[in-house]
Amino acid sequence: MSQSGFLLIAPLLVPILTAIAGLFGLAILERDLPASRRLQRLIATVGASVLLVAVLALFLQVRVNGIQVVQVGSWPMPFGITLVADLFSAIMLVVSGLIGFAVHLYALASINKEREAIGYYPLYFVLLLGVNGAFLTGDMFNLYVWFEVMLMSSFVLMALGTDKGQTIGSIKYVTLNLISSAIFLSALGLLYGLIGTLNMADMAVKFGEVRADPEATGLINAVAAMFLIAFGIKAAVFPLFFWLPDSYYAPPPAVSAVFAGLLTKVGVYALIRVFTLIFPLGSGPFQTILLWVAGLTMLTGVLGAVAQNEVRRILSFHIISQIGYMIMGLALFTPLAISGAVFYIFHHVVVKTNLFLVAGAMERAGKSGDLYKIGSLYKRMPLLAVLFLIPALSLAGLPPLSGFFAKLSLLQGGFAVDQFWLVGVALFVSFLTLFSMTKIWNLGFWKPDPAEEVEGQPEPVSIKTRWAAWYLPMILLALVTLAIGFGAGQFFPIAVDAGQQLIDPSGYIEAVFRSAE
Amino acid sequence: MNSIILRTAIRFLMPLLILFSLFLLVRGHNQSGGGFAGGLVAAAAFALYSLSYNANEARRVLKISPAVLITSGLLVAVSSGLIGLLAGQPFLTGLWTYITIPGFGALEVGTPVLFDIGVYLLVFGITITLVFSLEEGA
Repeated sequence: MSQSGFLLIAPLLVPILTAIAGLFGLAILERDLPASRRLQRLIATVGASVLLVAVLALFLQVRVNGIQVVQVGSWPMPFGITLVADLFSAIMLVVSGLIGFAVHLYALASINKEREAIGYYPLYFVLLLGVNGAFLTGDMFNLYVWFEVMLMSSFVLMALGTDKGQTIGSIKYVTLNLISSAIFLSALGLLYGLIGTLNMADMAVKFGEVRADPEATGLINAVAAMFLIAFGIKAAVFPLFFWLPDSYYAPPPAVSAVFAGLLTKVGVYALIRVFTLIFPLGSGPFQTILLWVAGLTMLTGVLGAVAQNEVRRILSFHIISQIGYMIMGLALFTPLAISGAVFYIFHHVVVKTNLFLVAGAMERAGKSGDLYKIGSLYKRMPLLAVLFLIPALSLAGLPPLSGFFAKLSLLQGGFAVDQFWLVGVALFVSFLTLFSMTKIWNLGFWKPDPAEEVEGQPEPVSIKTRWAAWYLPMILLALVTLAIGFGAGQFFPIAVDAGQQLIDPSGYIEAVFRSAE
Repeated sequence: MNSIILRTAIRFLMPLLILFSLFLLVRGHNQSGGGFAGGLVAAAAFALYSLSYNANEARRVLKISPAVLITSGLLVAVSSGLIGLLAGQPFLTGLWTYITIPGFGALEVGTPVLFDIGVYLLVFGITITLVFSLEEGA
């Protein structure tokens, strides 16, 4: 145990130090707001860039040298807290660093001065800290703590501002999440009573022994069901998704983009981790339940989207249907399907965040998010139209964009185990997704602006420096989408390796135990 | 609240409470106490002061802004972990050293002390922020 695991701790240290530095700026320059703002923006930009570099370095380390483990504070597992980065964690961290960076650039251009003065940037980094912590931890109770860090910072980010709709959205959000946390905590208590450990790898081993005892089956299933519900609320799966559209629609675009991209995916990450490592599917009733949940989540989400007319509401419902695909990959529980789910998450986070950023720009240019009140954006902002089209078509799964390969691997996985119904649902939902994206395109970009008929020709929106700052993160994310689509041959093998590590967790368990010796 | 008894008493209580909070902080190493309890007691001193006078008066006596207390607390706590990291150990690893003070003997100092001081400042800062905001909102 001589390794300091510097790279492993960096995804946590960078955001917390950035947040502290930002808070210092806020506290010291309390009376000089313009100077405080400039300092905040500088600190946050440096922090976001360093974080991106740090997660990429960690990813390379994991890719080259295998699973990385560190025992924080040198307390050996299962007593101390273990941080583990397998390939799946590392991929999730990369996506979190990437989104953290892109959305930060967008926030620089779009977040208003009041929010900056209250401490938007430090809070944003506390949120990233919570997300990264959840991806890194190898300890169940620690996962709960990171969830709380995330919940608190996201609640404040959401509630800052006095909009009525925003308050309603945030109250729903925080109430549901508190219920989820309570269930999570009770499940942890039961679990600890059953096997006496909170370390995930240790749990996996001890569970293997307990599972042989037929009397414990009921309790094990109850605990697994509680985890399913707790993480299901966070991930917004059927029938626990109803909080999501209201909450994600309300806050400013930069905030809702990072929520849409990252937060629900932490729930999905936790589901995948728990149901591969601790309660491997394949025995017990949970595989069937998850298959149903996956299908129904896809279907309800996409049908909900059809009924909406506001851009970000449509996109919020699509988050739900896309979560269904990721759960489908988990529920099929074959190496190909799980790899597909990993690839899907990466693709989805990039694409969905980008769509929310585009939606924010549409709302700003058209002064409304209602598709019937805006129009002719194609004429006015052709670049924005292209930037919408790339993620939108990728979301619907058109080749050769990233969504196509993600869906293809899931469908193949489904065919391989004869889940024809689910494959059918997935294809149907894809089709409806395309329909929704076409709707946004037709009404938002092509249809003449309703205001035009009253006021005559609107002026094209000029691309000044301010707009360039809006476009930059969208272009970045669109390039990533194109890269993983055209370069699927290079990127998919990484997802396959990650899927292998997930479906056969012995490598993970061994790495954790070895590091404690 | 306008009570002459409280106003008179607080002048004597404040130093006692602050001393007691420091005592709790240092004692917390091997016995019950610690940064959290100490920070609460220190905050209680200023909460009492703001009750007997008002929040503005208490702010004036405190001299440092609570926000600075909070952030420096965070910074001190994180740096206690960083020391372990810089020494090539995992983050937050406790490192200890002995300082000999003439006429007193050897004193054991370690990074966990630093962590506790961080917690003390953080809890102190946050609690008085809450109390002051409640006072001013009323």
